[in-house]
Amino acid sequence: MSPREIFSLRDHLGAELTGRTLSDAHDLVSLTDILSQTVLGGRLRELSGRAVLLKLSDQLRSGLAMIELDGIARRMLLCPPDLNPTHLDALIADAGIDAVVTDEPDIWAATGVPLVVTARLPLQPAEPAKTERATEWLMLTSGTSGVPKIVGHTLEALTGAVVAEGPARGPAPVWATFYDIRRYGGLQIFLRAILCGGSMVLSDPHEALADHVARLNACGVSHISGTPSHWRKLLMSGSAAQFRPGYVRLSGEIADQAVLDGLKAAFPNSSVGHAYASTEAGVGFAVNDGLEGFPAHYLGNRNGVEMKVVDGSLRIRSTRTAHAYIGRNAAALTDDDGFVDSGDIVELRGDRYYFVGRRGGIINIGGLKVHPEEIEAVINRHPDVRMSRAKSRRSPITGGIVVADVILTDGTDPARAKDVRDQILYQCRAQLASHKVPAVIRFVEALDVTPAGKLARTDA
Amino acid sequence: MSVRSKVIEAIQQIAREQHVTLPALSDDLSLHETGFDSLAFAILVARLEDETGVDPFTVSEDVAFPATVGDFVRAYENVPA
Repeated sequence: MSPREIFSLRDHLGAELTGRTLSDAHDLVSLTDILSQTVLGGRLRELSGRAVLLKLSDQLRSGLAMIELDGIARRMLLCPPDLNPTHLDALIADAGIDAVVTDEPDIWAATGVPLVVTARLPLQPAEPAKTERATEWLMLTSGTSGVPKIVGHTLEALTGAVVAEGPARGPAPVWATFYDIRRYGGLQIFLRAILCGGSMVLSDPHEALADHVARLNACGVSHISGTPSHWRKLLMSGSAAQFRPGYVRLSGEIADQAVLDGLKAAFPNSSVGHAYASTEAGVGFAVNDGLEGFPAHYLGNRNGVEMKVVDGSLRIRSTRTAHAYIGRNAAALTDDDGFVDSGDIVELRGDRYYFVGRRGGIINIGGLKVHPEEIEAVINRHPDVRMSRAKSRRSPITGGIVVADVILTDGTDPARAKDVRDQILYQCRAQLASHKVPAVIRFVEALDVTPAGKLARTDA
Repeated sequence: MSVRSKVIEAIQQIAREQHVTLPALSDDLSLHETGFDSLAFAILVARLEDETGVDPFTVSEDVAFPATVGDFVRAYENVPA
């Protein structure tokens, strides 16, 4: 042990906190006695000091394995459910993986990974383990085609924002998220539930939204997070009416004013806040004034998070950022001064910064650069619009034009579609440069959302 | 609705949106004289593609971009169905 005290997840769990649970659509596990139980068939000792790939088909066993492995394994690589299996070999090599925790041991038996441990429920009794080391948490970046990058974190970095925010007031919160906890946004909620004395209700990709919301209600969920796309889907589903969370959080995509207002209207008694975070940059800040963007005075050093804008892109330096990309040909994660370049483009208007899009998401319209998010934010302001996606389309005249797919709110009379289209175009012309105004608006029933909860922009 | 009236209606709709005052749309009016810029033509071609299912300026490489309103309309009329 180093002289500095090392905490792992198990040090935040104790039998004195009763009534805490971790559940999914099928199982419910009490966290009260979790330290004297094992999801690893009692084989935790074998994983001590190993680089462990966590490759499970469900979040519940993944979360339980994280609790058990943290402080024991040298590193653990969290695999989100949508990971393309053809990338596994490269990831295993880059992370130096020498053990796998899985629920499909047969698949792994014939591979070169020397140690295969099966995770299974129900939990079995086990001797409580003691924290041995600070385990390195490895996560995968989302959204890129090709092999995802491996991002290295420590528990201390991952929980920096949780500790800074302090415990929730009032009764122990029941957390939920539309994210998967093997992604940064979902892991933040899982860690809050573990560190702050609460319970957590996990999502299930095979569950209908109405059933999910019914389960959230039945479990008394008080705090819940998701991407703006997750929330728009909920608002469209009509399931929001029975749901009364105390705290609603958005992250992972730009939270525009329309979705913030929509949530405030759907949940009049809830606090609605949006947070800025990414796998690499960690949690930057939370905004709780109900407005899109963030106050300009957030730049500089604030609560140990330093932010600046370079070439329009937000850069962040703090103890919450990841410490490195992992792998043989890994690029540098930070600039020379230790700042992570988020690639999120912001624009100062008045005394507030607004997110306008991703640097990598720019579409080219007749030689001019356009952020589709900026166009969507204007379209989404129309009261009959629930969600939209702007993209480029080839044009024989200008090379490219902007087109937009739009989902109207429930109950919009189809006969009004032409009027709504004209109003959206009027709104766009008033607020956007002419090349950013959609040439064509199509009304659609649905828009694709990626497994990471973000609007799919594959053809952008 | 005939192809011609579809094209004319789309031109008029875009003119309203773009605040372009159109002269009378005779067949020998040059496209330049319509007051449309390249963006307005790009919008017109995209919308007509959605409505008619064809983009006569992309299907074939040897189609020259028309010079007059009449040429433009005929480009749509002459596309094999």
